[in-house]
Amino acid sequence: MQHEPAEIAIVGVGQSDFRALYAPTDRPRDAYALAAGALREAIDDCGIDKDEIDGLLCSRVEYGRLATVLGLRNPRFVHDLEGSGRMSGVALQEAVALIANGAADVVACVYGNNGRSARMRYGGEGGGPTVAYDEMYGMTSPGAYVAMMYQRYRGMYGASEDALAPLAINNRRHAALNPAAVLQKEITREDYLESRFIAEPLRLLDYCLINDGAVAFIVTSMERARTLRKPPVRVAATAGMAHITNYYTAEDFFYSACQDVASRLYRQTGIAPEEVDCLQIYDNFTPTIVFTLEGFNHAPRGEGWSWVDEEKIRHDGPRPLNTAGGHTSESYMQGWAHHVESVRQLRGEAGARQVPGCRTVQYMCASPIVTSHILTNDEAVAR
Amino acid sequence: MNAESYERLLPEITPENRPFWDGLAENELRLQCCDACGEYRFPDSEVCPRCLSGSFSWRAVSGKGRLWSWIRMHQKYFDAFDEVRPYLVAYIKLDEGPAVISTLGETPDDLAIDLPVRAVFEPGFSERTVLKFTVERPEPVA
Repeated sequence: MQHEPAEIAIVGVGQSDFRALYAPTDRPRDAYALAAGALREAIDDCGIDKDEIDGLLCSRVEYGRLATVLGLRNPRFVHDLEGSGRMSGVALQEAVALIANGAADVVACVYGNNGRSARMRYGGEGGGPTVAYDEMYGMTSPGAYVAMMYQRYRGMYGASEDALAPLAINNRRHAALNPAAVLQKEITREDYLESRFIAEPLRLLDYCLINDGAVAFIVTSMERARTLRKPPVRVAATAGMAHITNYYTAEDFFYSACQDVASRLYRQTGIAPEEVDCLQIYDNFTPTIVFTLEGFNHAPRGEGWSWVDEEKIRHDGPRPLNTAGGHTSESYMQGWAHHVESVRQLRGEAGARQVPGCRTVQYMCASPIVTSHILTNDEAVAR
Repeated sequence: MNAESYERLLPEITPENRPFWDGLAENELRLQCCDACGEYRFPDSEVCPRCLSGSFSWRAVSGKGRLWSWIRMHQKYFDAFDEVRPYLVAYIKLDEGPAVISTLGETPDDLAIDLPVRAVFEPGFSERTVLKFTVERPEPVA
């Protein structure tokens, strides 16, 4: 059965207890067991029967093993997405497209990551397309390519040395309100400035964590969603655009791709950026938040660094940002946990970090595949 | 710097990229240039990313560019660079278009974006000549 793209909802979410999983372990945890645990929670969350799942999208775990573990023997559509952060938004886009065109009715999107216990490293082990020509200069790791962008950004716009501190502080403050967050000890501007450089100008506190965990969400039509356990979260609109070059570094900080995606989203929903109640921004490294705020018209170009203010972006401030603690403090689930937090905010399930009166959330990811969604709990959204 | 661990970071020379390395050995920066549309590209590829033509020539380029950005790497990722940390890595935009990751042979204290740079050719830590850059200083105004 086909559906209008805006008549599709996230109905169930599940994720690991990231904090419990941060405890040391001698052996790598099983990413498939983690993924199955997250999906079990998502199934319980919406009350749908496991056998109703007829679409399975996987990232960082593969469908062959996962479907076996889950006993999902006959899905109508399966697809493995690569295990990179840019794919979390793509997974939801693909689920929406599958349901809209009738290829599947209930799609499970599942991510499992045992990076910490498996001693995963980011950097020093090859990877990017031109890495063969970069390593002889000691160049490696996604953070270093982001640091390249941020150094230039500072040179263009005069961002101060502590310009990123409010973002690191904000993530940690929200993590302190999130029982599942890995790092909950609040930090100060002094702590930020004392943290060691990794790829200068970026410091340790600008960097994402590496931790074990899994996330799942279940997507179906609004029609089916209305009969399920919890209020549906509508995918009011979603859009994407790639910006692919030899390097993770984008010479315009992903601005033009973000602008293209933003213009389509705001036009399709009739929602202006200042009307979004809660911002969930992919934050592999803190400068990415600044680039995203500008690319999506939440802050003027070149002024994102001064726009971020600790009082403005806290959960009870005027522009709540990364309310679960983000990749630097809650969990590095490569954008997947940001989706769960979006749903929880729209359902009023975010506990001590709940955004008052939250009706509209925007997920944004500025990366070689830029994606963004506007999610709402309001069935009467203008289109 | 540990020469043996550094050697492992050098790209393998292949029939496809040999003209690049031969050029450096002769103190020239050579890039593939599309015979059909004139687009320069890096790293080596069998087709032009602009027009998809498979016909190309290796041409010496000016070696001039600008310092688009740079970082100082403090983290230990490679044994070969352990003892020289923090070290500078530069993102250079060549005048002919492509961007390359490299480093500066000498690092002035007053680095700034878009400083003009030119290629220099250094034996590095192996027998292979490696591409680096140096900041071009304008002639002082009398």
